[in-house]
Amino acid sequence: MTFLLFAEQLLNGLQFGIMLFLMAAGLTLVFGVMGLINLAHGSLYMIGAFAAATVAGLTGSFLLALAASLAAAAVAGAVIEMTVIRRLYKRDHLDQVLATFALILILSEGTRWVFGSFPLYLDVPSYLSGPVTLPGGIQYPLYRLTIIVAGLIVAAGLFALIARTRIGIQIRAGEADREMIAALGVDISKLYTLVFALGAALAGLAGAMVGAIQSVQVGMGEPVLILAFVVIVIGGIGSIKGALVGSLLVGVTDTMGGVLLPRMFGLFMDASAATTVGASLSSMLIYILMAAVLIVRPSGLYGSA
Amino acid sequence: MARETYINAALTLALVLVPLWAWSTGQAYILTLCTKVAILALAGVGLNIALGLGGLVSFGHAAFFGIGGYAMGILASHAQIMDPIAEWPFLIEGTKSMPVIWLVAMLASAFAALLIGALSLRTSGVYFIMITLAFGQMLYYFTIGWPAYGGEDGLSIYVRNSFPGLNTLVPAQFLILAYVILGLALLFSARLARAPFGLALTAARQNADRVETVGITPFKLRLVAFVISGAITGLAGALFADLNRFISPTMFSWHTSGEIMIFVILGGVGRLYGPVAGAALFILLEHLLGGISDYWLIYVGALLLGVVLFARGGLIGTLAGREVAHG
Repeated sequence: MTFLLFAEQLLNGLQFGIMLFLMAAGLTLVFGVMGLINLAHGSLYMIGAFAAATVAGLTGSFLLALAASLAAAAVAGAVIEMTVIRRLYKRDHLDQVLATFALILILSEGTRWVFGSFPLYLDVPSYLSGPVTLPGGIQYPLYRLTIIVAGLIVAAGLFALIARTRIGIQIRAGEADREMIAALGVDISKLYTLVFALGAALAGLAGAMVGAIQSVQVGMGEPVLILAFVVIVIGGIGSIKGALVGSLLVGVTDTMGGVLLPRMFGLFMDASAATTVGASLSSMLIYILMAAVLIVRPSGLYGSA
Repeated sequence: MARETYINAALTLALVLVPLWAWSTGQAYILTLCTKVAILALAGVGLNIALGLGGLVSFGHAAFFGIGGYAMGILASHAQIMDPIAEWPFLIEGTKSMPVIWLVAMLASAFAALLIGALSLRTSGVYFIMITLAFGQMLYYFTIGWPAYGGEDGLSIYVRNSFPGLNTLVPAQFLILAYVILGLALLFSARLARAPFGLALTAARQNADRVETVGITPFKLRLVAFVISGAITGLAGALFADLNRFISPTMFSWHTSGEIMIFVILGGVGRLYGPVAGAALFILLEHLLGGISDYWLIYVGALLLGVVLFARGGLIGTLAGREVAHG
């Protein structure tokens, strides 16, 4: 295996991990602040992608499409929070799982109803297409590189928001003691709507950016949602830092496993058997990683308690 | 309690009368639908032991449903082409005999439940939900990437497996078989709930610390409950595969886990007949709404949302009033 291929796959893993982080950050924030498990987070990812594809189709502008994905997912998130999610904060996790599963059914079938079953396509804009040459002679698609950089900027912005701003202080206080900050005069229900909409907007953005690489279709959010769950179980539920570390671990493990394992088995097996065994094993690799983390640290790498 | 008993009796009566009517008027399709209700209810009875009695919110029961299905598929497909499953270290032949398939399906899913449970039960709450979900998905992706038994396309079994003395290809006979198994499972689950084990499990759900103080380890109770639960759901998977004569990775998908959970919730958590009522309602909705609109799952979603937000006891709970299930 050459260094170039290795570096390229490492970057792919990084890009995948960054996208997972945008999903996992919202999930873990919502859980940390409101104590809510939200299965419908994948639907917000889908809504972002559909909004972007629609706006890109109408206007031809990729930047407008990204803005639309943020806005559509944030609005959808705020509406869902105010109509349904708000009633679930005091319920047990089973009720939360069921109600948000019901939301998935409604949102997925509703989207299928409006847009049909055929996938939509979102094109990479011409100024971001084509490869760039990185130091070391690595040829890498400019669009994927842009995703990595954009994702890192969003991640940095999120950390700054939580560590440095007034809203961030309220969010952290809400995690620690929600009654106390309500008593101190913070409008807690507004804060919850805001946090939910923020998480939704991040998921929508991820959906739009990935939508340009893959196709935009109903159900696209579900595999990503489950990976995001794996990420926050590994990182520790409620921890943004854990979500970042978990995302990168899962992204890189999944991508590198898919490339390396078949080659490893190829050393002592014939080629077709090695591809088969390697492919099935590599699809299980991140779950094995999760199991391993759980054996050592049942509450995740950065989890409390 | 009295009203719940009446409801259960009415439900049983309906599940007997509808097939009798369908049989007398020669509507094989309705018989198959009733068989499907019984098999899916059986999967729900399995989950209800973990969820209702043990309070273990497993979102990965599709794993056991799928393992049961693949146990059937693997054994029957090898028998179909007369090719042994393994020749070394000793000869393992495929089989078309239902009792053997059921036994293998239950053992395999019990073993999987032991492994998944031992890892997942180290955690609780949201972690448990997500981890069971993740293990279910792991098996889903594994079967998709495993070409030996059809991979993503699944695998057809041409002739339904056999049961001594019955012709299982006759819808009415297969229906009776499914009903008997469901009846036995309900009986078992009712006995289990009243046995010392079931009482201790219920107590561990309500207050784990107190149970620990009297010298019982909640972890062991829960693990055993999880294994029993997985084995019953696995049996349902084997029957479901036989009903369709087809297995595919969809059996492992998280939608399957969600649907099994919906049967339990629509009917009423922790109630003996809850899964039966829920599965019957679900299939009825699929049948009625599926004819009206391609997007019938929207209505199921809306109904489920309504039940969770406003009618917390499910169908039986709403009809039977404010009685607490399982004391």
